[in-house]
Amino acid sequence: MGQTVIEKIFSQHSTDDVQPGKIIWLDLDVRSARDFAGANVVGNLRKHYPKESKFENKEKTVFTFDCVIPANNLGYAENQQTIRVFAREEGIKVYDSEWGIGSHVLIEDGFSLPGTTTVGTDSHLNIMGCIGAFGQGMGDQDIAFGMKAGKTWFEVPPTMKVIIEGELKAPCSAKDLTLAVIRKLTSKGALGKAIEFEGKAIDKLSLPGRITLSSMVTEMGGIVGFIPPSEEVIKYCKERAKTDFTPQYADEDANYVEEVVVDISDLRPLIAKPYKPDNVVEVESLEKDNISVDSGFIGSCTNGRYADMKVAVDMLRGKEVAPNCVMKIVPATRRVLGEMIKNKDIEVLFAARTVVGNPGCAGCASGQIGMTGKGEIQLSTGNRNFKGKQGSGDTYLCSPETVTASAIAGKIISPDNL
Amino acid sequence: MTKPIILKGRAVVLRDDKKEPIDDIDTDMIFHNKYLHIIEISEMGQYAFDNLDGWKDFSKTAKKDDILFLGANFGSGSSRQQAVDCFTALGVQALIAKSYGAIYKRNAINTGMPLLQADIIDDKTMIENGDEVEVNLETGLIKNITKKKEYKTQGMSNVQMDIYQAGNLFAYAKNL
Repeated sequence: MGQTVIEKIFSQHSTDDVQPGKIIWLDLDVRSARDFAGANVVGNLRKHYPKESKFENKEKTVFTFDCVIPANNLGYAENQQTIRVFAREEGIKVYDSEWGIGSHVLIEDGFSLPGTTTVGTDSHLNIMGCIGAFGQGMGDQDIAFGMKAGKTWFEVPPTMKVIIEGELKAPCSAKDLTLAVIRKLTSKGALGKAIEFEGKAIDKLSLPGRITLSSMVTEMGGIVGFIPPSEEVIKYCKERAKTDFTPQYADEDANYVEEVVVDISDLRPLIAKPYKPDNVVEVESLEKDNISVDSGFIGSCTNGRYADMKVAVDMLRGKEVAPNCVMKIVPATRRVLGEMIKNKDIEVLFAARTVVGNPGCAGCASGQIGMTGKGEIQLSTGNRNFKGKQGSGDTYLCSPETVTASAIAGKIISPDNL
Repeated sequence: MTKPIILKGRAVVLRDDKKEPIDDIDTDMIFHNKYLHIIEISEMGQYAFDNLDGWKDFSKTAKKDDILFLGANFGSGSSRQQAVDCFTALGVQALIAKSYGAIYKRNAINTGMPLLQADIIDDKTMIENGDEVEVNLETGLIKNITKKKEYKTQGMSNVQMDIYQAGNLFAYAKNL
């Protein structure tokens, strides 16, 4: 019997028999913790291994700060300092407050690579599916153990296939495709399963588009969602890789528990209304309600790449955000910000009267740029719009195109109706 | 092997007043959030199931070495470790449920609580409260000594056995 992608990756990282439903020991290529729960990881390591070595391999262990950077409250400030001091003592790499979203940094710096395994304290670490890698968010005890042991245990999930039919056409982008999948699957459609995405539109997705889709597998209930690495993705990773890697693709006779087809031939821009990511409707269906937009947010691990920033830059060139709207733009990482500076994008965004923040999770973690007030209507490119998640306002999730169009119009509007 | 593979004890079967298995027992029914400030495991036992209708006296009637037979989706809800530790405090030896909440299962395995999965609770002729049972963690054979019946399920995985034998996840890593 052939193997699915997760079965192949796990077989390469385990001596146990890899079958869906079986619990196996899984070797970890990357073990990370962020400023959220990172201090607890440090506490666990200090408590359980006071005298002995705390790390199976220090080169494979990383701390990344991204939730609240630089810290704007005492709790985060103290947790970050706890991690810094510990990491200096132990000789562990820290990506401090200037670097941005940890999962992205791990890809940019060649830690996480196609076919590898990564764990961390970020519930969206399954984003690694974007490069055909396994990633998983876990609690502080599990991560402390992973750093010490170099492995973790995992129940092999069954795999489902999500087949995308049709092509992605402007003004729709990867976020609309992602919301179309969530609309079909709902928040429970992939519960306890790995997903493999397939289809012409998937093959054509650039790395930023792949990041958008795989980052929202959590909101589909899935363990991880794999996208077969394209030549572009392999080239990108190779240029940065710290080690050799082997991309894994599913066997033709692999076993899938389910197949779901999502047809995007007639896709229109989509938006998830408060307070659930699967509460998805067409943007146009809201236009008649004239919903005034108080704030827009472009960023997060879902839409924080340079390509996402560029959408806003191109749409805002020579224009201004509506007087009733505040537009917040936060690149995912320092490298994305660097590209924006180099290409003089900041000038355009400044002239358009937007707030450009330093890299990080920002809105999604109520971070350095982030909260909404009661009654505030926010359009966000993030991945969650649960009640209270980003303050007490109402958050809608949509593409950078829809956020920017709506910020210019001052009300919710489809990008092609601006 | 230092920890026993064959466990002997009294069956405690979580059925409702209509004698049906109680499914979806969440972590608030097992260990209510009003007790979350308690960090001493020895103090947790007294609150086990004290928010579950029909079972509020559980901690007073529980005996050391009891084996719990449970319904589907046991331990759904929050990630609280106390929902496992309160059973450890009472000397509960093992859990045998139809299925578990994902995080609960992770917590229970990490803390070295023996845990099997079986539908045995569905069959009243197979298991009832107070029966004397013997459970083989390796083979998954459940012997009801009182009723002279046997039931076979999957034994614990290598991973579970490794952690159980070491005591818990952190103790396991000490010997690597």
